[in-house]
Amino acid sequence: MKFEVQITIALKEGMLDPEAMAIQHALNNLGFATEGLTSASVYRITLDAPTPEDARATAMEMCERLLANPVIHDYHVEVAQ
Amino acid sequence: MRFAVVQFGGSNCDRDVHHVLESVCGVDADLVWYKERLGNRYDAVVIPGGFSYGDYLRAGAIAARTPIMADIIGHAGAGGLVLGICNGAQIGAESGLVEGTFTMNSTPKFICEWVYLRVETTDSPFTSAYRQGEVIRIPIAHKEGRFVTTPDILVRLEQEGRIAFIFCDEQGAVTAESNPNGSLGNITGILGKENNVLMMMPHPERASEDIVGSADGKRLFDSMIAYIERGE
Repeated sequence: MKFEVQITIALKEGMLDPEAMAIQHALNNLGFATEGLTSASVYRITLDAPTPEDARATAMEMCERLLANPVIHDYHVEVAQ
Repeated sequence: MRFAVVQFGGSNCDRDVHHVLESVCGVDADLVWYKERLGNRYDAVVIPGGFSYGDYLRAGAIAARTPIMADIIGHAGAGGLVLGICNGAQIGAESGLVEGTFTMNSTPKFICEWVYLRVETTDSPFTSAYRQGEVIRIPIAHKEGRFVTTPDILVRLEQEGRIAFIFCDEQGAVTAESNPNGSLGNITGILGKENNVLMMMPHPERASEDIVGSADGKRLFDSMIAYIERGE
């Protein structure tokens, strides 16, 4: 069965995010009054798996083995058919 | 004695390291393309700087998952020397050869400049030719070089003497101003669990001849060579 897996990788809470700070600064310069800004990477992956649980497990293994760095990142997986 | 200098697509300091090893230090060194296997003919492996895989995903992340890195991890596990410089250090950290990681500079831009480093330990195969606390001058060139780790690992690194180099000023004072990239504790060179692995962001190969402005980096290679000659 084909599944669309969406993986979101973000810095752990409290980690310095210099790019997000620069983007927020630029938005503020344009007159937007932002109070916070964080960034994240999103990967949408199509894969074959017997069940949604298997698709999720595969996506989590992808995060553990390549997509996320456990020192600095948290990840979130959503599975859709 | 033979060194391997590993080349990935996007490595760009490989020939500088090779030049310093062969022409300045006078030892044999092979450039080894990452699709080749390492074998067991090398005393030391250098993972040079550059932009392997275009720094896609995270600097060093993709190169760290190539088969030759499994060979290099095996080489380190058998007691062989492994030195990672700049992108090589990012690859080594991503491979788990050292604890912690190198990520985006606190000011998110590429920094290329001369810096001062304080030698924090001489009790390693990479730093024995320096004096404890000596201040050396070596350049950096990176955008993702800010050392990060957890507080408990930092304490362990300090207790076990696995911090090799920290950013400092010309007098050796460790200050926020002398920390170009926001690294935790000004740390920019860390040793592996067995001290036969060193991952560092500064470029010793760019400071190994007086004609380029400093020869302070050469003693790092001299230390490695002396260690191999002693046959420890």
